Amino acid sequence: MSKQYKLVRCTINGKPVEKMIDVRASLTDMLRDDYRLTSVKKGCEVGECGACNVLINGECFNSCIYLAIWADGKEILTLEGLAGPNGEISDIQQAFIDEAAVQCGFCTPGFIMSAAEILESGREYTDDEIRKLMSGHLCRCTGYENIFRAVKKTMLRRLGKNAEADAV
Amino acid sequence: MYVGKNATRVDARDKVMGRTRYTDDLCDKGAYVARVLHATIAHGRVKSIDASAALAIPGVVGVFTCFDLKEKHYFPTAGHPWSTDESHQDVADRLVLTDRVRFYGDDIAAVVAEDEVAAAQALRAIRVEYEELPFVLDVLEAMQDGAPQLHDNYPNNILKHTTIRKGNYEEAIKEPGLIKVEGWYETPTVQHCHLENFICFAEMTGDRIKIVTSTQIPHIVRRVVGQALGIEWGKIQVIKPYIGGGFGNKQDVLYEPLCAWLCTQLGGHLVKLDVPREETFVSTRVRHSIRSHIVSWVRPDGTYAARKLEAFSDQGAYASHGHSICAKGAGAFPQLYPCDHVEVDAYTVFTNKSVAGAMRGYGIPQAMWAVECHTEEVAARLGVDSIAFRRKNLMPVGYTDPFSKNELYADTFNQCIDKGMEVTDYARKYQEYQNQTGDVRRGIGMAVFWYNTAVWPISLETSSCRMVLNQDGSLQVQVGETEIGQGADTAFAQMAADVVGVPMDKVHIVSCQDTDVTPFGTGAYASRQTYTAGFSIRQTGSLLKERILTYAQELTRMPPYNLDIVDGQIVRSTDGRVLMSLGDLATEALYSLTHSQHLTAESTAQIKSNAYSFGCTFAEVEVDIPMCKVKLLDLVNVHDAGTIINPALAEAQVHGGMSMGIGFGLSEKLLFDPKTGKALNNNLLDYKLSTFMDHPRLRAFFVENPEPTSAFGTKALGEPPTCSVAPAIRNAVYQATGVFVEEAPMNPHNLFRCFKQAGLI
Amino acid sequence: MYDIKAIYEAESVAHAVQLLVEHPQAQIIAGGSDVLVQIREGKRAGVELVSIYGLDVLRGVTLEGDGTIRIGSLTSFSHITKDPIIQAHINVLGQAVDQVGGPQIRNIGTIGGNTCNGVTSADSASTLFAWDAVIELTGPEGVRRLPIQDFYIKAGQVDLRPGELQTGILIPRAAYEGYQGHYIKYAMREAMDIATTGCSVNVKLSADKETMEDVRIAYGVAGPVPMRAPTAEALAKGRPTTSQAVEEFSKSVLEDIHPRDSWRAAKDFRQHIAVTMAQRALTQSIQLAGGAVHE
Repeated sequence: MSKQYKLVRCTINGKPVEKMIDVRASLTDMLRDDYRLTSVKKGCEVGECGACNVLINGECFNSCIYLAIWADGKEILTLEGLAGPNGEISDIQQAFIDEAAVQCGFCTPGFIMSAAEILESGREYTDDEIRKLMSGHLCRCTGYENIFRAVKKTMLRRLGKNAEADAV
Repeated sequence: MYVGKNATRVDARDKVMGRTRYTDDLCDKGAYVARVLHATIAHGRVKSIDASAALAIPGVVGVFTCFDLKEKHYFPTAGHPWSTDESHQDVADRLVLTDRVRFYGDDIAAVVAEDEVAAAQALRAIRVEYEELPFVLDVLEAMQDGAPQLHDNYPNNILKHTTIRKGNYEEAIKEPGLIKVEGWYETPTVQHCHLENFICFAEMTGDRIKIVTSTQIPHIVRRVVGQALGIEWGKIQVIKPYIGGGFGNKQDVLYEPLCAWLCTQLGGHLVKLDVPREETFVSTRVRHSIRSHIVSWVRPDGTYAARKLEAFSDQGAYASHGHSICAKGAGAFPQLYPCDHVEVDAYTVFTNKSVAGAMRGYGIPQAMWAVECHTEEVAARLGVDSIAFRRKNLMPVGYTDPFSKNELYADTFNQCIDKGMEVTDYARKYQEYQNQTGDVRRGIGMAVFWYNTAVWPISLETSSCRMVLNQDGSLQVQVGETEIGQGADTAFAQMAADVVGVPMDKVHIVSCQDTDVTPFGTGAYASRQTYTAGFSIRQTGSLLKERILTYAQELTRMPPYNLDIVDGQIVRSTDGRVLMSLGDLATEALYSLTHSQHLTAESTAQIKSNAYSFGCTFAEVEVDIPMCKVKLLDLVNVHDAGTIINPALAEAQVHGGMSMGIGFGLSEKLLFDPKTGKALNNNLLDYKLSTFMDHPRLRAFFVENPEPTSAFGTKALGEPPTCSVAPAIRNAVYQATGVFVEEAPMNPHNLFRCFKQAGLI
Repeated sequence: MYDIKAIYEAESVAHAVQLLVEHPQAQIIAGGSDVLVQIREGKRAGVELVSIYGLDVLRGVTLEGDGTIRIGSLTSFSHITKDPIIQAHINVLGQAVDQVGGPQIRNIGTIGGNTCNGVTSADSASTLFAWDAVIELTGPEGVRRLPIQDFYIKAGQVDLRPGELQTGILIPRAAYEGYQGHYIKYAMREAMDIATTGCSVNVKLSADKETMEDVRIAYGVAGPVPMRAPTAEALAKGRPTTSQAVEEFSKSVLEDIHPRDSWRAAKDFRQHIAVTMAQRALTQSIQLAGGAVHE
């Protein structure tokens, strides 16, 4: 049987791209294999761990259970797209470093992308809300504590509440 | 000085940018995809395998079955140092593929295809005929006469039975007035759940085979692949890139031998074996479920007259790390609460279940569950405060273990308990939570733990380090200890910078381990990375420094003993004058027309010591009795891990261990169908890892008593944080409800039974 | 890479119906969080798919002229939770679907998919049962509507005829006006879980807030499909909001539900939890409706 392909045109990390994609591909497959964006990790392939999380039109999705063909016309952001052109990292990335929120690093890209969505809203969330908004990710190294600190501090700093951030 | 400071992780920036490469990221897309066909019976023999339909599927390259193994090289898998003494070698009971099925999920064949879809189709198309045998899943049933036997050489399925005898238990219990406290305690089969599943790939160049693998123990993998394939160890190159967690599962040789063997069957073609999550649960390794029986004979004054432990450890189908785990836990028993008359019997028993291996804590979380649940019960029976009771009976300062020579040098336990009580406001809360009524009640509780660093004198302890001075005065540093996410590379860089006298950013740790070039080391386990590497880093750094200063004499006319290296400068120590930079010296040394020298150092440190690493956990809970649920309000760990090399990373490490303890205590349990032996919940939905929302704020504190045997005053911290969390939560649940839960995890199913039995619901 | 034989992407509802008629073996894929997982498991390997994910016309919540709340079948859980119409009239549905999986699942999961897969544990389903939801299906014969209780046939099977797709879920005004409800998801952890049991209650109080004029209660995982507990409802109707009434109501759910024993949970445990949930969900609903449970 001949394989079925579809031309998928989308914007990845700000850059318009197009490629013929095997319709059987997940978005994880496309990002990793066709675009070599290997921050998108495979931890379960069924949407239970969050390691493959990316932003599609500003919302978080587990790219492992998202068909690549659905990306047509969408704006996709992976962790590789969060840093500036000269490798300047964003505040949330720096916070993950500063708060020692990174250990093995395998879940880190997914977490940072969820954090990016939360922070983009410009809202101030309660601790419970932050936990809930980050709850689509599993981490076995950190106990979530330092990830929580990184997200909360960055949220408060973006809101100009530096003193509160320092006290987290 | 960098040791003791919060240096930033050397790999953090790459990790937050997503540019760190893990095994799958390094594999060429032209790789063949291998998948394992697992047995669908718990015990028996494969009679035949019909792969004809699978081979007809387009894209299928080959199907290799247990019947294709021409030579049977049995191999051990435990990530232990090899022993040249045959009697101390690990049990060699595995084949890359087996026709003798010992658990539901055993490896009987493998398919290789051009892509994952064809491989999955091929797996479904293979027909297997079995001869089924009765199977046994329960550890005590497996020990009965007449139980199904898994291995010929182990009657009653007992892999090993060891004993500890001290004093005379039988006589001691005759003392009048003793109070007998007895209990059975059980811990669940749990899985490591590192976020990166096990994965490896192999290819051949010439007659050598290269394996890139997600492992904690590259040098051990090389040896075992050699044993499994019957080829010379030097023909194998093992590369360990960054790995997505290990927690002991990757301290076993998993599928590297099979992947390498498949590669050899395919003319050396690149083959990738990426184990799906469901198979990682069942067919890699799990934590030993251990059932413990403790009998204590206590005097009314709160001292122990005699104590007895029987521990039954569920090994699953193959030996892997075997009895080492149960033996370590059993070894803690007479030491943590010393008593003159002790009997310990530890059994490790085969069952037709997933294979148990190393997992963070290595028998101690199981042992502490039993011991610290029991301790709480003894105190309750005596009607005394359980903390006071612990303080009275815990290992005293100056205690020295006759076997390991480990000594408790400081008043660690009391210091840790004091700290824990202070930061949790324990005394006030304990009072407040006494005598509650109502559906929702709170409680506070604690537990201590015993742990020892590293494996000496049971096994070899060795560490090798190589340092190379670059032209610019920076250092390349390699050690055989491995970065597995815990932050070892950063601690090593801090140590190396201090020993040699260079800024930390001038220390380039070679993180990727390659057995062709990395100095020999046995890898990451036993919470020994910082302790053992410390010796070789200090020794090698001193050697390099001596060589640099000797060379500096040629350039400065100053004798080496009047020179020092400070912050990357050659300094005259008599007056502190900076004579030249290390960079200038290094450039001159390499390019000198009169005396060219590559300044390097390499050395091995054999470590003939070991160190106790103790601490405790305090937990505060809210129990919703009708809902049978425990909510964690506060969780605090206090550790004496000696000198803390990097407080921020140490704290992070403690958080992770506490998190694993939360799952062990409250939610995680791998279930097996009693009718078939099949794992029931081998995925991340049905296996209940504790999520972000189930975690309280985690708090970690340190009591720093520098360890005198250690190169940098440090000792174990990787595993200890997991060891006392579950019993601390359990003891808090006891204060809240008055119910002693004897089995972990304290999930709602379990609490429903306990609360019902207690008449609470 | 999924083992998919072919994918047909629908460009309109009519086109979807046409594709389904042309490819009778094809499986509809909406958000895919169930279908793709089943393909990977091998259960649906080699499947033909009709993708309706691109049909934006099926997304969103609207209030129709007669006060009916219309939820497009492809509306994601997260969008339902955030929707002002939902928040104003049936906030409990938004709260219920806000407990599905985790944030990413709530972005991909659709309410249509959650009901069409026919599973009893669906967090949306018990609440939709409790609110007398109506399912709208569009097929070659046109549009038909049926009460959600009739839509579920048995575990994993719904009344979706050849060529049909679900296009909307409707909550009639009479079903929600004056009602307040509460959903409790009982699961083994606080996120990324499926319900061990789900319980959705809503109540309409008398003007003086002292009497339960109407009570509706529905469960997930109390039987093979989501279900109401009519005995309990009848027992509570017209009763004052007393703790005795609430307790009797709660205990009587055992007359209606029939959870099973499985490795996920024992029957007696589920029964115990179901009673506790009924008691708490009704108490909460009464409070939301402005009343209080009296001794």
